[in-house]
Amino acid sequence: MSEVDVKKSIDARGSFCPGPLMELIKAVKHAQVGDVIEVLSSDTGSAKDIPEWVKKMGHELVYCQEAGDHWKIAVRKAR
Amino acid sequence: MTQRVVVLGGGTAGTMVANRLARHLTDQIRSKEVEILLITNTEKHLYQPGYLYIAFNEKAPEHFIREERDLIHRDVTLIVDEIQKIEPDQNRVRSDRAEYPYDYLVIATGSRPDFDSVPGLSESAHNFYTLDGATRLRDTLAGMKKGRILITVDIPHKCPAAPLEIALMLDDYFRKRGVREQVEIQYTYPIGRIHSLESVAEWALPQFEKRGIAYETFFNLERVDPERKTAITMDGEEHPFDVLISVPAHQGAQVILDSGIGDEMGFVPTDRHTLKMEGSDNVYVIGDATNLPISKAGSTAHYQSEPLVHNLASRLKGLPETAIYNGKVACFLENSLQDASFITFDYENPPKPAATSELLHWFKMAYGEFYWLNVRGIL
Repeated sequence: MSEVDVKKSIDARGSFCPGPLMELIKAVKHAQVGDVIEVLSSDTGSAKDIPEWVKKMGHELVYCQEAGDHWKIAVRKAR
Repeated sequence: MTQRVVVLGGGTAGTMVANRLARHLTDQIRSKEVEILLITNTEKHLYQPGYLYIAFNEKAPEHFIREERDLIHRDVTLIVDEIQKIEPDQNRVRSDRAEYPYDYLVIATGSRPDFDSVPGLSESAHNFYTLDGATRLRDTLAGMKKGRILITVDIPHKCPAAPLEIALMLDDYFRKRGVREQVEIQYTYPIGRIHSLESVAEWALPQFEKRGIAYETFFNLERVDPERKTAITMDGEEHPFDVLISVPAHQGAQVILDSGIGDEMGFVPTDRHTLKMEGSDNVYVIGDATNLPISKAGSTAHYQSEPLVHNLASRLKGLPETAIYNGKVACFLENSLQDASFITFDYENPPKPAATSELLHWFKMAYGEFYWLNVRGIL
């Protein structure tokens, strides 16, 4: 994980609406192909929602890890 | 020496902040220790939740429009001017005709729908996010007796509840007119459920299924073909429509983009508790203009205004700033033209929709009337 070059990290802890996945989608939309976007989420649902969206949209899930009281999830924009 | 507060933006957030500050600082303003300027680029104040009711011809547009001048406290100086640049390193904002130095700045410049964000969208889509859009949609719906309505949603957008509300209200509207069987309503959403909030998606889904509102998830609009009246998604699928209602991606105000103080969408990096612009001690940001990962909604602006005004008024009186914004938001969720649910949440507490009732719908209608007292800082 330490060698991943994260372009943008979004702290979406405590964000219920629109929520971490929507914040991630917003950032991925505005990113360049190849950029890695990281989102921090206190919502355990993100560990399921985000990988599901990433797979559906054809991006790459770089990591999805529990970090104490929150999750750290990183996505590489693939297209 | 007079300390000057400039509030930039005369929407819900800016008007509320300017008025509330004035009410807290009457003595200081009268003795000329403090001056409050509200700079806005329009003389009109619109209650934006009204657009939904305009679209269904429930109320006329005039019901939701007032002169900003009539809403401003006598101790606030109102200036109507188009600010071109915000220059925090110079502690000033400027237009092409004047410069306005400040000691404290509150950025309340809002967000706006971007119909150019998707090719073909501006030519093809109706919307209920502008006054013109709402009146045009009203006329189209009034003349509609059959056909397919497609609702598309992009990110970010203000009022997260609105896409669900319009789908549910469209169903009721056409039922009341006796033509619901001939009108197909297709709701779409970009993630794997029908709303970003899981509890709200769970509240709405049974209604969708019971009332025959079709839905498609993981729907990511790529472009619209105006000639063929077809929406094309990123997976290459085509979705024909007779009427397209878009909730488009929003961006921040042009002045934020031009001043280089926002992110790529024009939203200002803001501390989630103090509401200060990141890296600044004398610039605050409120409402839709922030980059905070919270709802862009009037209630957000309202709940943010309380700690912001408390802190800024404290500073101006030589007292410490101790209030924090806890992320509070509150939203009505219309279920039809006559009943609604309600949610409230903050950074610590997730939302749980209240039982749907006619009372909550009437509360939303009533709030629309006493909004004018709320924005004047009275309620």
